[in-house]
Amino acid sequence: MKELMKGNEAIAEAAIRGGCRAFFGYPITPQNEIPEYMSWRLFEVGGTFVQAESEVASINMLYGACGAGARAMTSSSSPGISLMQEGISYICCAQVPCVIVNMVRGGPGLGGIQPAQGDYFQATKGGGHGDYHMIVYGPSSVQECVNIMYEAFDVADKYRVPVMILGDGMLGQIMEPVELPPMKDLSNLPKKEWATDGTGKGKDRRIINSLLINPDDLEAHNNYMLTVYEEIAKNETRYEEYMTEDAEIVLTAYGTVARIAKSAVNIMRANGMKVGLIRPITVYPFPNKAYKDLAEKASVKEFVCVELSVGQMIEDVKLATEGKKPVKFFGRNGGNVMSPEDIVAYVTKEA
Amino acid sequence: MENKIIIAGFGGQGVQSLGMFIAYASIHDGKEVTFLPSYGPEMRGGTSNCSVVVSDKPVASPIIAVPDMLIAMNKPSLAKFENKVRKGGTIIVNSSLIDTKVQREDVKAVYINANDLAVEAGNVRTANIVVLGAYTKMSGDFTPEVMKAVIEKKFAKKPKVIPANIKAFEMGYNLE
Repeated sequence: MKELMKGNEAIAEAAIRGGCRAFFGYPITPQNEIPEYMSWRLFEVGGTFVQAESEVASINMLYGACGAGARAMTSSSSPGISLMQEGISYICCAQVPCVIVNMVRGGPGLGGIQPAQGDYFQATKGGGHGDYHMIVYGPSSVQECVNIMYEAFDVADKYRVPVMILGDGMLGQIMEPVELPPMKDLSNLPKKEWATDGTGKGKDRRIINSLLINPDDLEAHNNYMLTVYEEIAKNETRYEEYMTEDAEIVLTAYGTVARIAKSAVNIMRANGMKVGLIRPITVYPFPNKAYKDLAEKASVKEFVCVELSVGQMIEDVKLATEGKKPVKFFGRNGGNVMSPEDIVAYVTKEA
Repeated sequence: MENKIIIAGFGGQGVQSLGMFIAYASIHDGKEVTFLPSYGPEMRGGTSNCSVVVSDKPVASPIIAVPDMLIAMNKPSLAKFENKVRKGGTIIVNSSLIDTKVQREDVKAVYINANDLAVEAGNVRTANIVVLGAYTKMSGDFTPEVMKAVIEKKFAKKPKVIPANIKAFEMGYNLE
């Protein structure tokens, strides 16, 4: 029998089953169930839980722990994630794999505590300084949170980049039936030959560093990372299409909004309208080709991008579709959430 | 089948647990479900609501604009959600705390003096379980056996309160 779990708690449990053995964080709504769950659950598996003095401290503790080879994570929500940006940039430069969860709330500023998607730019374009990217997932159900989190540490380790799970307040609070995977066997994970784990006696010194003061070194590093991002785009891009085969209007949304859009598609299909949906599961790397292919289909007349923001992912949709078809926008923000009927009303009137 | 339910009342009336019982029954019964609580700076005495979708197919939107069923545990909740219920839908009104009637004629209104029945069952805090009984009967989403098993499981750590809750459930279920 499946278990009924809250998104935040399911993410925490899936992280532990995926091998997470350390958590550093600072409380903020609407993700507090993650640290709360970790605070008792990690001890059961011999892990470490630290409530840090701030988000700045959390991300740097994560940098240290993962630099030493641990499977560790942090979680926060929008204002807290902003405070972590310097650390994230350092972690990316130092090629330290880790996992960061952002249960997005309304912004800017302290904003509100209700669901939003206003951190899309920050998450996908690099919210900190310098040239870098993370792998960013936008799961739309509790089960998908579990599946993605379970693999997140493996994916991060494979490319030595941070993985971010970009949720929203709704996804953190919703309860759904989930099937939890078994505990991962951590005894035969690939060795981290780069980690400063104190086991390298007699070998070359290992250094975790983000300062490359010589321009040639830094350029070579950035150019190398570009090849890593290309590899990630090739192997890890994920998306879902729903009823796009004969669709004239293609809705697009990620995360929980995508399932609201899916209900809207169902309503409009029942009314005889040819509507479909494309949903990026990775918002970075963005599924450019899938969008381009749809834009090139003769049957597709236009796209409608639906977001809980004033319009962020729409820029990637426009880039990916290369101006081949019009892209319209329907959004709510500030913590307000549209209903399927709101989307139907917009499409019926505007599209 | 798909049943979209909004449950609303004061914080402390067991609104969230009422929704959660329905959600637990769904997994017990192999159905799909989403339970979306309202969250925020609410506390006992403030307003509280949750959205529950029970379905035999995976649930797409957990957001409910047009509920099939409204369970209003107090007066402000009825005022807030009455007009959102779908035509032909059902409104369960806790008439112990709501002295007004449903204004609409295109919905089915059911009045239950849940708090009074809960006192009769032996514990005023079981008012939500009285309503759970009525919901189970009216929706047909679950058998009473499934729901009673869920009640017993959920209160397993507080066995003392099980009899009053089972009694409250049966009183709600057996209402005409």
